[in-house]
Order: sequence, then C-alpha cells, then structure tokens
Amino acid sequence: MNRPQIIEDASAKPETSPLPASESGGREREITDRTLQARFRKRFLSAEHEFSLQVDFAAEPGFTILFGPSGAGKTTLLDCVAGLATPDAGRIAVNNRVLFDTKAPLNLPVAKRQAGYVFQNLALFPHLNTEQNVAYGLAHLSRTARQQRALAILEALGIALLSQRRPAEISGGERQRVALARALVTDPSVLLLDEPLAALDARTKSGILDDLRQWNQTHRIPILYVTHSREEVFALGERVLVLDNGQIIAQGTPHEVLSAPQHETVAQLAGFENIFDATVEALHAERGTMTCRLATSATDSLQHAKVDLETPLVRAGVGMQFRVGIRAGDILLAIVPPVGLSARNIIAGRLVSLEQRDVIVRARIDCGVKMEVHLTLAARHALQLHPGRDVWLVIKTHSCHLMAN
Amino acid sequence: MSIDWEAFWITPRLAAVVSAILLVLGLPLAYWIAFSRWRWRFLIEAAVALPIVLPPTVLGFYVLVALGSRSPLGRWWQSLTGHTLAFTFSGLVIGSILYSLPFAVQPFAASFSSVDRKLMAASVTLGASPFRTFSRVVLPLSVPGLITGTALSFAHTMGEFGVVLMVGGNIPGVTRTVAIDIYDKVQTSNCSAANETALLLLVLAFAILSFVYAVNRKVWIIGPAK
Repeated sequence: MNRPQIIEDASAKPETSPLPASESGGREREITDRTLQARFRKRFLSAEHEFSLQVDFAAEPGFTILFGPSGAGKTTLLDCVAGLATPDAGRIAVNNRVLFDTKAPLNLPVAKRQAGYVFQNLALFPHLNTEQNVAYGLAHLSRTARQQRALAILEALGIALLSQRRPAEISGGERQRVALARALVTDPSVLLLDEPLAALDARTKSGILDDLRQWNQTHRIPILYVTHSREEVFALGERVLVLDNGQIIAQGTPHEVLSAPQHETVAQLAGFENIFDATVEALHAERGTMTCRLATSATDSLQHAKVDLETPLVRAGVGMQFRVGIRAGDILLAIVPPVGLSARNIIAGRLVSLEQRDVIVRARIDCGVKMEVHLTLAARHALQLHPGRDVWLVIKTHSCHLMAN
Repeated sequence: MSIDWEAFWITPRLAAVVSAILLVLGLPLAYWIAFSRWRWRFLIEAAVALPIVLPPTVLGFYVLVALGSRSPLGRWWQSLTGHTLAFTFSGLVIGSILYSLPFAVQPFAASFSSVDRKLMAASVTLGASPFRTFSRVVLPLSVPGLITGTALSFAHTMGEFGVVLMVGGNIPGVTRTVAIDIYDKVQTSNCSAANETALLLLVLAFAILSFVYAVNRKVWIIGPAK
C-alpha cells in the first residue's frame, strides 16, 4: 500500500487496513519541476485540545483537491505552504525552490514565497477599488505596467467594468473573481484556494471554475483547492487528498477515493448514509464473497432478526470486524418478497418513516438495523408507501463497501 | 473682554505640538502594542495607561525631577542649550506628551488590532513588506482611530492643569495656559473673567469631541452604506 511516508516522527499510526490498495492511488506520479512537494508536521497545543497536522504529499500542476470535514487541518495546511503558519519540522518546495526546510534551516518569508492565496473570506481590501486590489501585488512594476496587467486579468475574468468599484459595491460572485484575479495577476508558483466558491450558486461557481481551468492551461502551476463539497471534488478533481484530523487518510482520483472508500471518514464525506459494524461470519472463496453479520442493538430496533449481508471477499478471517458502508441510493425497495434477482441480499423490514428532501424521499427502514433508502417521488407514489408497511430491501453484493474498523 | 489671549494662545499651541508629536511617536508604539507577541507586553500597556489613573501632580512631580538639573536628561539638555527644561515651553511639551500618551496610543492600538488579520495576511502573500502592509492596509483602515487619538490627545492637553502647574509653573507668555489662567482668576476672585474663559474652553472642548464622534460614524469612512 502506497501510503504517505510520515517524516521523522514515528508516532503517526500506519493504516492497518487489510484491504487491497486503491485509495492511495498506486501508480507512481511523475514529479515535475513545478510540482509542490510538502512533507511537514505542525502541532497546536491549546487549552481545549491538541491538534497535530502531519502530511506528506506532492501536488502536480493542475488541481489537487483538499477534502475533509471542518477542523481537519485543511486551512492550516494552506497556511503552512503560504508561510502564514510555521511547521515544527519538514520541508516544503515548489518549482525547485525550497520554501521551508527545518534541516537547512530555511523559512522563506511569506512575501517571498510567490504563493497566490485566496482566503475563505476573500480578504479584499475594503478601501481599495477592484483595480487597486488587483494591482496591489504588482508594486514592483511601473505604474503603466501595473495598470496593464491588472486590466488584462480583469478582462480575462470578465470584471473589467468593475475596475473602479470597491468590494462593498459588487456582488458575491464578482468579489470572488476579484480575489482570484488579485492572486493570479502576481504569476504565483502555487495557488492556494480556501473554499473560494463555498457561498456561490452552482452557475456562478461553474463559470468561475471554467475560467480558472482555462487560466491553468496556460499557467501550469499546482493549485491546492480546499473544499468540503462532494460535488466540487467530482467537478474539479484530477486528484484529491482526504484530510481528517490532521492526517491524509486517502488520496487518488475522486473516483478512486470517493466511490470505494475504505475509511469511515471518507465514506461519510463520500455520502454513505448507512455505515454499520460487522463481523465476518463465513468466507465463500469460490464465489468471491463473504457473509458479514451486522451488529444490531435491541434498543435500536423493534425487529430482532439477525442481519447478514453478502459482501465482496477481502483478505480476512472469520470473526474479523469491519465497517460496512452502503449508499442509500444503491438500495432497492420492494413491497412483496422479490424473487429471481441477481442481488444476493434480500432483507425483510418495516418502513419507519418517510421524509421528503427536494426530489428525493428518504425512507427509514427497520430490519434489525436502521437503514436509510433514497427513493424518487414517483417510486413512493407507485408503491403507495406509508410508515408501518412491510418492505424488502435488495442490496447488491458490490454495493456493500468494506472499511477498516 | 477679560480673556487672557496670551494664555489662550499658548494652550492650543501646546495641544497642537503635543498631538502632532504623539501622532508620530504613538504610531510605532501602538503598532507594537497591537501586534507584538511578547509575553510581557501587558507591562508596557499598563505603563502607557498610567497617566489615566495617576494624579497629575504625581506625574508632574516625576517629570519635574526627570527634567531637573540633577537628572541625566536634565543635565544633557542643559549642556546642549544652557538652560534647564523645567519651567519652559519645551518642558511643558514633554510633560504633556507623557500625560496625553494613552489618549493617543490606546485609540491607535485599538483601531490597528481591529483590522482583519486576513487582510494583513493577504497583503504579505501578495509580496508586500510589513511596512507596506502597515502603510497601505492597516493605516488607511485605521483612519477613524487615528483621528480619534489625535483629537483626544489635543483636547486632553487643552484641559490639563496639574502637570502644567508642576512642570511649567505659571510664567505668563511661556507656560501659563488657559486652565492655569482660570485658576488664577478664581483665586483672585475675578469670577466673571474666569467664567468667560471657562465657557470658551467648554465650547471648544465640546466642538472637538463632537468632531471626533462625527468622524467615527464609520459610514463616512469606508464606502457607502449598504
């Protein structure tokens, strides 16, 4: 398993997953001149908690998504690259230029790092107009060169008409573009984006992303893009790093990482509504599956059935503990006992509740464990579902994702 | 009219000189107070705030001692100019600077620290030096605080009495300020003259403070109201 090598400090727990590698993106990646290489740790001690960020990764030119729950250390990671925070130990280099190295020792000042940073709150200078904001990082140029460069980028991002307006006088989407322009115009060697589009509607968002992608075609630099939106990961992702509690717990393409997560945090982030403790009951090597019994609790359920699931076979022994994740959208629901199906898991249960969210109906079913199943409005109507009704759940073997416990 | 115009002129002149010097000296001090991470910073903050709580006579007494010919500062000044600092306009300026220091530095520091740190971070990631960050981002966004601090130190110097009496004495045309003049007039039972002068000072002080509070209506400073 090609998991990140953690620097000096050996206290980092290696992942003990017995599962085959796929999240860590097995293939070796070419390290180019422009690649950002970062390997460092930073520890925070505060009265309430201790937090330690420990990462080792390389980000090639193009988008690298930093994905993870809030408090995972995503912003701190960006701060360390920009120089706004100082790691305790490690090395950060981009474009063959060392920014930080505790062995050298070297700690390049923020102003010399050429890191374009778009902050979560954008941090536009409220007293300067759009053009002045964008030209701020060009102090080393002559006045005319400064103006030309600023106007060129404003035009490229479609905000040239706003050049004389202050941040308070323009819309949210326009402000994002100004912040982006201000970072891009300096010709950075790495671009750090901290949830820059979080507050925008989908259309504005995709417009800005298109422009950014286009810019990145001609300016091949690594872009670290922090987000906690799954949609953005899939929309942007060439490569995603999943950060949890200061550690990179998974990396690879969005598909590799989020479609078959091996780690519970990743699974939750990837939208696995159903996650259960399970114990291996039997192995069926001949058909490539195994039977796992889900942990049930009497208080949790009205039913007292044992819930067994046939899952894909992994290297494991009887009695081993796993977590099983199942997407609510991957479960079929039937109102009569289904027959003649290829799916291996058919579980009887009772409908507990129905709840409509937008165009999706979330059904909760008690079948010894509580399962969430997503249905369309049409399906609810056709099946005439109502709480209390007996139902059968159909789950394909390969919809059961096993994760290390 | 029985207003002592000579005294009345010395007061604003003193106040103007003092607030101008405090604007220059106060900026770096306030910057340090706002952004230093030194663990004993609070000691400096407390020292700066001392004139607010000390009786002016205490402060005046120490300034007088420090300016006198027995102190190193006094001796140095005497060797330079041939006379002592005590009971001169320059001595008065020094005393008043110390006395009004918190009224300038505290509003400066408060407005510096209220500047969003992310703006300063943005400035440095854009390649700006700490000085450029200060002059292009922190200072412009602290204008209300700068005006407040300068106006307050001006007004406070206008109204000072104890320190002036201790350090400057009561030399007409040199160190006799309006406040001393009023005191003098009351002492000599010239109450109507004292009243005129006092009323003028009152109106002036009110005008300055109105200006401060008007300026601090933020809507006038940054952009239009939303």
